Amino acid sequence: MPDDLNWAIGGEAGDGINSTGKIFAQALSRAGRQVFTSKDFASRIRGGYTAYKVRSSTERVESVVDRLDVLIALTQRTVEENMDELHEGSVIIYDGERTMMEDFEAPEGMIDMPVPLKRLAQDAGGAIMQNIVALGAACEAANFPIENLDEALEKRFGDKGQSIIENNQQAARLGEEYVQEEYDREDFGYDIETTDNDYVLLNGDEAIGMGAIAAGCRFYSGYPITPATDVMEYLKGRLERYGGHVMQAEDELSAINMALGAARAGARAMTATSGPGIDLMAETFGLVATSETPLVICDVMRSGPSTGMPTKQEQGDLNMTLFGGHGEIPRLVVAPTSISECFHKTIEAFNLAEKYQTPVYLVADLALAVTEQTFSPEEFDMDSVEIDRGKLVGESDIDTWLNDKDQFQPHFPAADGISPRTLPGTSGGAHMTTGLEHDELGRRTEEQEVRIEQVDKRNQKVDTAKSEEDWDYREFGDSDSETLVLSWGSNEGAMREAMDFLDEADVSVRFISVPYLFPRPDLTEEIEAAEEVIVVECNATGQFADVIEHDSLTRLKRVNKYNGVRFKADELAERITEELDTPQEVPT
Amino acid sequence: MSSEIRFTDFKSDKQPTWCPGCGDFGTMNGMMKALANTGNDPDNTFVVAGIGCSGKIGTYMHSYALHGVHGRALPVGIGVKSANPNLEVMVSGGDGDGYSIGAGHFVHAVRRNMDMTYVVMDNRIYGLTKGQFSPTSREDFETATSPDGPKQAPVNPLALALAADGTFIAQSFSSDAQRHEEIVQQAVEHDGFGFVNVYSPCVTFNDVDTYDYFRDTIVDVEDEDHDPTDRDAAREMITDDETEYQGVLYQDEDSVPYNERHGLTENMADIPDGAPEDATDLVREFY
Ligand SMILES: Cc1ncc(C[n+]2csc(CCOP(=O)(O)OP(=O)(O)O)c2C)c(N)n1
Ligand code: SF4
Repeated sequence: MPDDLNWAIGGEAGDGINSTGKIFAQALSRAGRQVFTSKDFASRIRGGYTAYKVRSSTERVESVVDRLDVLIALTQRTVEENMDELHEGSVIIYDGERTMMEDFEAPEGMIDMPVPLKRLAQDAGGAIMQNIVALGAACEAANFPIENLDEALEKRFGDKGQSIIENNQQAARLGEEYVQEEYDREDFGYDIETTDNDYVLLNGDEAIGMGAIAAGCRFYSGYPITPATDVMEYLKGRLERYGGHVMQAEDELSAINMALGAARAGARAMTATSGPGIDLMAETFGLVATSETPLVICDVMRSGPSTGMPTKQEQGDLNMTLFGGHGEIPRLVVAPTSISECFHKTIEAFNLAEKYQTPVYLVADLALAVTEQTFSPEEFDMDSVEIDRGKLVGESDIDTWLNDKDQFQPHFPAADGISPRTLPGTSGGAHMTTGLEHDELGRRTEEQEVRIEQVDKRNQKVDTAKSEEDWDYREFGDSDSETLVLSWGSNEGAMREAMDFLDEADVSVRFISVPYLFPRPDLTEEIEAAEEVIVVECNATGQFADVIEHDSLTRLKRVNKYNGVRFKADELAERITEELDTPQEVPT
Repeated sequence: MSSEIRFTDFKSDKQPTWCPGCGDFGTMNGMMKALANTGNDPDNTFVVAGIGCSGKIGTYMHSYALHGVHGRALPVGIGVKSANPNLEVMVSGGDGDGYSIGAGHFVHAVRRNMDMTYVVMDNRIYGLTKGQFSPTSREDFETATSPDGPKQAPVNPLALALAADGTFIAQSFSSDAQRHEEIVQQAVEHDGFGFVNVYSPCVTFNDVDTYDYFRDTIVDVEDEDHDPTDRDAAREMITDDETEYQGVLYQDEDSVPYNERHGLTENMADIPDGAPEDATDLVREFY
């Protein structure tokens, strides 16, 4: 992989790590480079190790790798934390005049690059700009034209005034000049290529929020929780521009009930949360389904159970979204497999919810949510967005749907399971609905036949959806290979890159990434055609492997990870070869 | 259409299964009359109910309605009103529903001050689960789960509402039909969260807080020349544990409801056929 550059800045939470990292990522993206970022963060506001990593290349990058070329270390711990990823020739930039780093020396084989970050920042107008000085130094170390930083700095500090922007640009120049004077660029061997490509840089939460707006979402209610909060923060201010509203609820019980109310009033509505919030919402989940309300419920998974590891990756909620809730609840479960799919699948989730008048779980994970990646803007094609509001009945055709007493029948047992729907305000369409078992008018009943009729009707919707929609999968690699790898969620990116590593070891695999978890594509044929099937997922028990085994009645191999960190491409390639009947050495 | 609306238009053809004599009959009648008097009709009204004997009200009324899960009716009403502020939203449930499992939502709904009406049928007992003590039960009220009384202070819902900066705080008695109807009507007309705690006796499980008890003890604030805009006077009455008041205890005439403060005027059901026209600007933000 030719001109990869793996860069990171690390220090303590509160050191401005995130915004510095983002500035660099944006600068690379503006220079026409593909970027993939990842964040190591602890669940605390100040102090504690935190890092922002940027991988970039002129070619596709979809995952992180075990490699760091340039590291800005604001603390000694940063170096210790990343020791495994540093290699011969890695450049370590740090402030050799800071007491905590005074005695630091780069480990053997690495390039020691003390730069007086604080002193130079003061020269530029304030110590606070020390990270920007480091960015300037990094540009020089990587031979990346520093002009690319200017625009990113304008974007970051634009609302603080021209002089702040200029001071920061100056700080970066001082960092660059220091390295020019004190070191010889030839010693580093990095030479970052730029291109004319236009890219946008965004994370999964933002893509979900943007998808929601594109899909006509107008009401969002939520309660802050990592890593779902960015969805709400993205939508706040933007949803209002389109006549919508973001409501910060008092808890998740309230959030889902507000969204349900808004959906009954006719708005496309959504709530997003993470595991602990999904548990609370489970109470109302059945009501959403029983009252046949279209609602998108987004679960951005983090590490559980209980409060688990709030800032760490996991795909542990699959069972909850597939089976959670008391009684039997018809539902659809859609899970984007990449950041751009977060956008597309969100739009699809809204259409599915209204078409089938049922809750749709949109399941993402922390690795998708907080990771930024570059895309060409066409990836988010707004012109192709289609909106399907399902069986909405207006005043003109209401008569068709009234019974002989002129009553509207919200739960009319249509053969496809989907009843006509009226929105409040529609004359003649008034009706009630309830989480109690009810008849076609929405009135409570315990009559055995009606109970069976309504349960069948609601479940029929899922069967109708199964036959009417395309529950497809994404396929990569060699479709004739005897080794089939299956995964869901964010693993797609790591797996796609792992295939490059596997190629080098002459291991060919067929890779299927599944974005629909319920209904899901029938993979029996694909599984039967393969000699070996390996299921990759970030959880300990293999929840996805379980459901696929159940579908295909075949025992599958599993590659699981649950230490809180996403798969890395090279690591994944190695783990897969270990599962092969004839294990291979992977050169990384 | 609204001028021809009669309160019976808000009645469904389902016969209530409340015990004969239950206070909820009167509470519901007053609610239907208040809605009709204020020019609403079933097609522009949304009723949300909680769970309990009281919660069954959604079934007996005719309008757009949702009967939710225990304690969560208020958030549903808030969602409905946000999405379509042209609707008249009325939320109703019991004292267990509103002040126990839903207590959190109650306090937040009050301070949010959405323009809607909340009517609580307070019988000081759990009716539907057959007679356990409720958050408004007296300290010595004996039930199956409190053989010697709950031995804890009852919730004072009006005080909770006042503490949460409620803008309309009232109390009525379901069997004083005329006054109850008037008070609920004022709550509907109020710009903001109109909260009415209704003494709505349970004739089956509560032999203490009975019709006779309320009839004998209730004091109408109008007879006391109470000025509901006087917050101090309201506080005094609301925190007076000795007297059962009916009437509007507090009203903030300058109340600006949440929906107005947040500029919620549009019906959010109206959306374009595709992405909004300027949606590519959203993509451009990520350059
Ligand atoms: C989550 C949940 N917990 C418990 C119940 C059982 N439950 C139904 S009604 C009720 C209390 C009703 O009391 P109140 O709200 O005072 O209404 P009333 O029946 O007295 O009108 C309870 C505990 C339930 N339906 N849901
Ligand atoms: S149990 Fe009490 S509250 Fe319930 S219907 Fe009977 S009288 Fe009314």
